[in-house]
Amino acid sequence: MPAFLYEHALDPLGEIEQYQKQHLRPGSYGATTNFIGTMRDFNAGDDVQLMTLEHYPEMTQKFLDKLCDEALEKWDLVDCLVIHRFGDIKPGDPIVLTVAWSAHRVEAFDACRYLIEELKARAPFWKKETTGDNERWVHDAPSG
Amino acid sequence: MTIQVKFFASLREKLGMESASVEPGAAMTIREIWDQVTTTDYPVNTLCAINMDYAKPDDIVNDGDEVAFFPPVTGG
Repeated sequence: MPAFLYEHALDPLGEIEQYQKQHLRPGSYGATTNFIGTMRDFNAGDDVQLMTLEHYPEMTQKFLDKLCDEALEKWDLVDCLVIHRFGDIKPGDPIVLTVAWSAHRVEAFDACRYLIEELKARAPFWKKETTGDNERWVHDAPSG
Repeated sequence: MTIQVKFFASLREKLGMESASVEPGAAMTIREIWDQVTTTDYPVNTLCAINMDYAKPDDIVNDGDEVAFFPPVTGG
């Protein structure tokens, strides 16, 4: 049930495979769901060349650890995992990964959705985009 | 004892201030901390935290606490 913050590149599918090998017993789960958030090269009608993700390190870690605990309390999960990037990110780079493992699909879908929605609504990260010669803070997170 | 104050993202840039410290003479609320370290009114959409947990502007801050102010979040 860990949460990790990476400044380096994130390989979401590699992380899932590695976590399963290291921490989960084969046969102990029947459903794995994941959400992968990836940086777009466009936003609000403009081309975006670079994004810098600022965060409040101690609070982010505390928040994400608590979020994983909440998911494990709310649903009958085998385990869950959250990984989020910070620092400079390029278009096409994965930004965030949430994963839920459970015996059956309903719990895994619901928990995975909960993890990403709560993260987006409350985890203390802030995106700054570079568009051409300009930099701008992203002010709102689209609901989709 | 001292209360450490931190500012993040666009709020930090707007204020031109990354951190500050306050020596509280008596019990203070988060809003009073804001008023002491900045020269602007408390912005409506600004979020705050005490010791890395979300808080409200009228919550009391204790000696040794860390207070943070930041804009709405945009992670994920």
